Amino acid sequence: MAAQNEFKVIGTSPVRPDGVDKVTGRAEFAADQTMSNAVVGKVLRSPHAHANIKSIDLTDARALPGVYAVICGADFPEAGGGDIGGEGGGSLKDVAQNVMARGKALYHGHAVAAVAAASNEAADAALAAIKVEYEALPPVLDVVKAMEDDSPLLDDQCFTKNLPETPDKPSNIAAVMNLVRGDVDEGFAEADEIIEQEYKIPMAHQGYIEPHACCATINEEGKATVWCSTQGPFEFRQMTAGICGMKLSQVRIVSSEIGGGFGGKTVVYLEPVAVMLSKHAGRPVKMTMTREEVFRATGPTSGTVVRVKVGAKKDGTLTAATAWLAYEAGAFAGAPMGPGAMTILAPYKIDNFKISAFDVLVNKPKVAAYRAPGAPQSMHAMESALDDMARKLGMDPLDLRMVNAAEEGTTAPYGAKFPVIGLKACLEAAKKHPNYTKKLNDGVGRGVAVGFWFNVGGESSAEAHVNEDGSVTVLEANPDIGGSRASMCLMAAETLGVPYESVKTYIGDTETSGWTMVTGGSRVTFATGMAVVQACEDIIAQCKARAASTWGVDESMVEWRDGEAVPAPGANIDVEPLTLADIAGKSAKTGGPILGRAALNAQGAGPSFSVNIAEVEVDKETGRTELLGFTAVQDAGRAIHKAYVEGQLQGGAAQGIGWALNEEYIFNADGVMENAGFLDYRIPVASDLPMIDTVVIEVPNPSHPYGVRGVGETPIVAPLAAVSNAVADAVGFRIADLPLSPPKVLEAIDSRA
Amino acid sequence: MAKVHVTTTVNSETVEFLCDPNQTLLDVLRDELGKTGTKEGCGTGDCGACSVTLDGRLVCSCLVLGVEAQGKAVGTVEGIANADGLHPIQQKFLENAALQCGICTPGLIVATKALLEKDPNPDEKTIRYWLAGNLCRCTGYDKIVRAVQDAAKDLAHPA
Repeated sequence: MAAQNEFKVIGTSPVRPDGVDKVTGRAEFAADQTMSNAVVGKVLRSPHAHANIKSIDLTDARALPGVYAVICGADFPEAGGGDIGGEGGGSLKDVAQNVMARGKALYHGHAVAAVAAASNEAADAALAAIKVEYEALPPVLDVVKAMEDDSPLLDDQCFTKNLPETPDKPSNIAAVMNLVRGDVDEGFAEADEIIEQEYKIPMAHQGYIEPHACCATINEEGKATVWCSTQGPFEFRQMTAGICGMKLSQVRIVSSEIGGGFGGKTVVYLEPVAVMLSKHAGRPVKMTMTREEVFRATGPTSGTVVRVKVGAKKDGTLTAATAWLAYEAGAFAGAPMGPGAMTILAPYKIDNFKISAFDVLVNKPKVAAYRAPGAPQSMHAMESALDDMARKLGMDPLDLRMVNAAEEGTTAPYGAKFPVIGLKACLEAAKKHPNYTKKLNDGVGRGVAVGFWFNVGGESSAEAHVNEDGSVTVLEANPDIGGSRASMCLMAAETLGVPYESVKTYIGDTETSGWTMVTGGSRVTFATGMAVVQACEDIIAQCKARAASTWGVDESMVEWRDGEAVPAPGANIDVEPLTLADIAGKSAKTGGPILGRAALNAQGAGPSFSVNIAEVEVDKETGRTELLGFTAVQDAGRAIHKAYVEGQLQGGAAQGIGWALNEEYIFNADGVMENAGFLDYRIPVASDLPMIDTVVIEVPNPSHPYGVRGVGETPIVAPLAAVSNAVADAVGFRIADLPLSPPKVLEAIDSRA
Repeated sequence: MAKVHVTTTVNSETVEFLCDPNQTLLDVLRDELGKTGTKEGCGTGDCGACSVTLDGRLVCSCLVLGVEAQGKAVGTVEGIANADGLHPIQQKFLENAALQCGICTPGLIVATKALLEKDPNPDEKTIRYWLAGNLCRCTGYDKIVRAVQDAAKDLAHPA
């Protein structure tokens, strides 16, 4: 771990530069934006989960007073093929049809038409006047039944991808993925114990508190500007332009402050609709989703059925595993079954496995990314099975994991060789943590689980401007969801050797910043951070040149130390050091303004592991689980802003805990979500949770100048199994399915009484 | 629908506005008065992002009609800091990193102020139950609860 004084500012927890605006109500989120002359945009949504759209008649709606535009799928160009970059895309054609249905409505809440009107009332009246003729079809709601040959089909042009031979019949299975190593039959024959179990988890939503909103205007030259809440302004530009049939240069995306995303704001819903409405209305159009629309018509994560079989020897060595993973894609292909398959055994050395994963269409909302997409569901299954295995073997569950733990050089199930990783360090820290070693009271259960996420790098741009007083303005383009401006300031200040307070970071838009990939994949502090560091190194190089010319010496005789140009060791020159402010103040005379820049495609993202410890008490009369304690141990590589790293661990834990205990999409037989609000889709509230203890392990990532791995996603992976394992410990048996809501737990207890 | 004339005070300033009889106080604050610090997360009283005080009582402004503000005193997040600077609650939220995305923060600050005016020294359980109506999806509440505890200490014994 880093020595205490290795860094000046990295690892501290200063107040974020955008903080004051966010505690005073000044910060402008998506719905806080208005444009002069703007009208209200609203969407008409399908009342059927599965239906042919026979006809849409917009005539009456268009004739109403105060109505500026009424559009439907036919008003958009036919979307071409091609994939969308970033994390939340898939095919552009699918996203286009998700934004506005063409021919078929594929889930309850699917957009079928939209209006722009002078007021909410006029917009509602226009929606009511649109006549849509539907032919209702049987909804496909069960992921396993959807895979059967005789299931009704969502898309008769969907032929399963990645099969050895091209299928001749369409299917709801959009794609398969297989990962195989060794011989599982031989492996199971070597096992002393085998655990086999099926685990079901329903759809769950990211649950960001800010509903999607945008304000779009298109001028007489055909140039559109869109204010919106987005994790990826450049991906939004690509999608909006593609769906509206515009050139990239005709669309400018300006990201507002973003009120949470967790992957759910990586894909467009309203933006192309608002642009198209604005085009027809000749006015800016503002659209804001209701919470109900957010639940029904934006992308939750997949409901899953995962079947696991795992074998181990008496000493705990894993000999073989099979996994069968069915992931709901919702209405269009693109379930995160790939990462589900790739993560399920990632923490372990294992010679024999066979993993098969399926991306399955069902008449539910099209899924979007949700924090470590796909991993929480698959790892919940394996980490639960390993817990049962440890119990069967009479082993400590952390010891079982340690026996098999992956380390540097281990080949991951998905083929890559792990670089230096912190799994064993996390297991060791958990094993000796007081929350693990303390004796539990009667009736209290404890559970542990391991989490993993790859983390990604990718393309980022950054500029750093030196102001004439020596202060520094950093400009980058990743919407700041969790304090990333502060992390950028810390890395810039550390690199330049200046105080944190003298650096401010601003988020540009698609026309003021260089191309930058989405805020997602736990990539911002790693990849954009790398760009910021390089931009600051560019400044240092320029400052050394300015100092050399000021002193009339060769550049090799100048060194940059603690924010100043000083003579290099051995350089025999008698000069006073020049601070950044000194150099900046005289920059006009030494060559002009000083601007550092970097644009890169960051490689070498560091895989991140975690270990969670949950402590619960289960009320045997009501089935309610009380979470008494929770400990999140995770390898951050390097914590740039310590408190915000802890915050990622705590926030991810809370989301995973909610998923484990309460959160689920409840659909009726017609495919209508019955709990589309925060009252009935119950995310954790303050009184549901204890303090969440964190242990930040730092096994630096050699590919980042300060060792960053990325921390955003791994925290949500382990809580599902950690909580489930704690409940199993408390009640004395396994409840395989989530969420462990009171009715389900009570039923399980009663059925055994 | 004829609009209704309402006279009220917002953050101690007298304010007049016209609103529809069915318009919520939240929409009035945001759309008629331009005070967008108060946020809408659900519109059904479940998330607390729109928390304001009405004659000192903590309410969800999405569940109050604009016309109900007639003759009353409305307190919003915009009224918490003053010309001298941030309120200690705001300062402690910042120092404790008690916000990540920040969309729930205005509501939490209004709710915390109402709590500490009622109970200047709340224990952890009291804080958690009082804030149970304010959803935060980013932080897991740990740092929020610590910020409230810190603010209570600071208000009792100003540094």
